[in-house]
Formats: sequence, structure tokens, C-alpha cells
Amino acid sequence: MLANYGYIGLLLVVAIFFAVTTLLLPLFLRFIHIVPHKPNPIKSSTYECGMETIGKAWVQFNFRYYFYALMFIALDVLVVFLYPWAVELRKLGLFGFIGMLVFTFIIVVGYIYAWRKKVLEWK
Amino acid sequence: MIGLDIAFWVLAIVGIIAALAVVLLSDVFRAALSLVVCFLAVAGIYITLSADFLAAVQVLIYVGAISVLIILAIMLTREVQRGSPSNRLRIPAFLVAILFLGGMAFAMLNTTWQVSVAPPLEPTTSALAGLLFGEGGFILPVEIAAILLLAAILGAIVLVREK
Repeated sequence: MLANYGYIGLLLVVAIFFAVTTLLLPLFLRFIHIVPHKPNPIKSSTYECGMETIGKAWVQFNFRYYFYALMFIALDVLVVFLYPWAVELRKLGLFGFIGMLVFTFIIVVGYIYAWRKKVLEWK
Repeated sequence: MIGLDIAFWVLAIVGIIAALAVVLLSDVFRAALSLVVCFLAVAGIYITLSADFLAAVQVLIYVGAISVLIILAIMLTREVQRGSPSNRLRIPAFLVAILFLGGMAFAMLNTTWQVSVAPPLEPTTSALAGLLFGEGGFILPVEIAAILLLAAILGAIVLVREK
């Protein structure tokens, strides 16, 4: 069981190694003068073609987005309960199915309420 | 078991470095991102302790949702690019943290831990599923948890809705 997670760890190590070498390779090639370094204003501009951006990327978000974050957390907790149920779906049978149905219905009440109150509409 | 030890130490070091980065980085956004790394390291430690369901929950809730909430909260603040300026509470907060750490370490070192000789249950998810949704299990508390979630959703709606 733990050995299977060892493979995930191995994948993680390979992924980090791959990303780091890919990032460092151009720097290394420039360091040993294989890649020429001749910058000019056009070459170092952000976009060779396209529009120059206006203003900063760090803008203050609308407060309305916070609702979606809170909603996401609530539904994420729903997934936490769905996950063990889905793993043992066959063994739990009808009892577990009805239990999950009631569980989901209680959550859906909140969704219907949000819908009726027109919270999900974008103004 | 040597692999388990290596995994534990790597995860512990990564987690502590990430946790220190959360506190010490002046850019709040980068601090939030290193908090994600810290949560992932904790999830890895749960896996080495054979608590696979807890690790999945850690990734789902903390890495997935809580970090999104924190990053969104940072994006909601004005002057987000200015980072977090240092404030007067830095030294009192450090003292409180040291006291807390000392208390925790003292309690941990002076407790005689009862270690079970039974082998850990693997995988834990199916056993938990049987307890949560099986007959004679904890189905009623699960439904009450659904009511709690419903209350959270309604609270979010009330909080955000314009009058």
C-alpha cells in the first residue's frame, strides 16, 4: 500500500527534476557561451506582436467572487463525504445510496435557495 | 522502513521551510503559495502514517479549498501589490509563538504515549465508508454534517447578497 505512494513520490521527484533542469538549461547554455546574448528593444519586448498591456495585473477583485470561494469550500466538503461512499459503493448498497441521496438533497436545498434568491446571476 | 524515514524527514524539512516562508516572506501572495506547499507536505506525512483518507481530505480541503479562499482574500485587499508591511506586533507575536512551541514540546516530551501494537489498517477509506454510510454506523451525524454545510452555504448567500 505504502509502496504505491512511493511511486507517487518518485513521480514527484522526476517532475521537480525535469522542471528545474528545463529552467536551468538555458542559463547554463548561456553561461558556457553556446547561446549568443544580443538583446535589442524589440527582442526583449513582452509581445512582438499584439497589444501592450495597460495598468498592473494586481487589481483588487470584486467582493462578489468571495461567494464562489465560500460555495466551493462547502461543495468540497460534500466531495469529502462522496469520496468514501464512492469507493465502497457496491458494498454499502441501497442503505448507503439513500443516505447519500438525503445528504446531497440537503445540500441541494442551499443551491435552490441561492438560485431563487438570484445570487448566481451576474449583474 | 528506511524509505519511510527518508520520506518523513524530507517532508518534515519541506514543511518547516514552507511554514517559515509563510511567516518570513514579505509578499503575502508568495506566503499563501508556500502555505500550499506546507499543506502538501503535511498530506505526505499523513500518508507515511498510513492515514490515506486523511491525506486525501487534506489535499481536497486545505490544498484545494482553503488556499483558494486565502488567495482570493488576498486578491480582495486593496494595494495587493504592496505586500505585507512589518508592524509593531512582530516581537509580541514571536514571543507568544515561542511560548506556544515550548508548551507543546514540553507536553509532548512529558507524555507517556500509548503505542498500539496492532498493524495499521490499510486502506482506511473503505473502513471509514463502512462506518459512515453502513447500517448501524454514523449515518445520522453525517446527515447533521449536511445541515451544517447547508447553514454555511446560506450564510455565504446572506453575507454576499446586496440589500
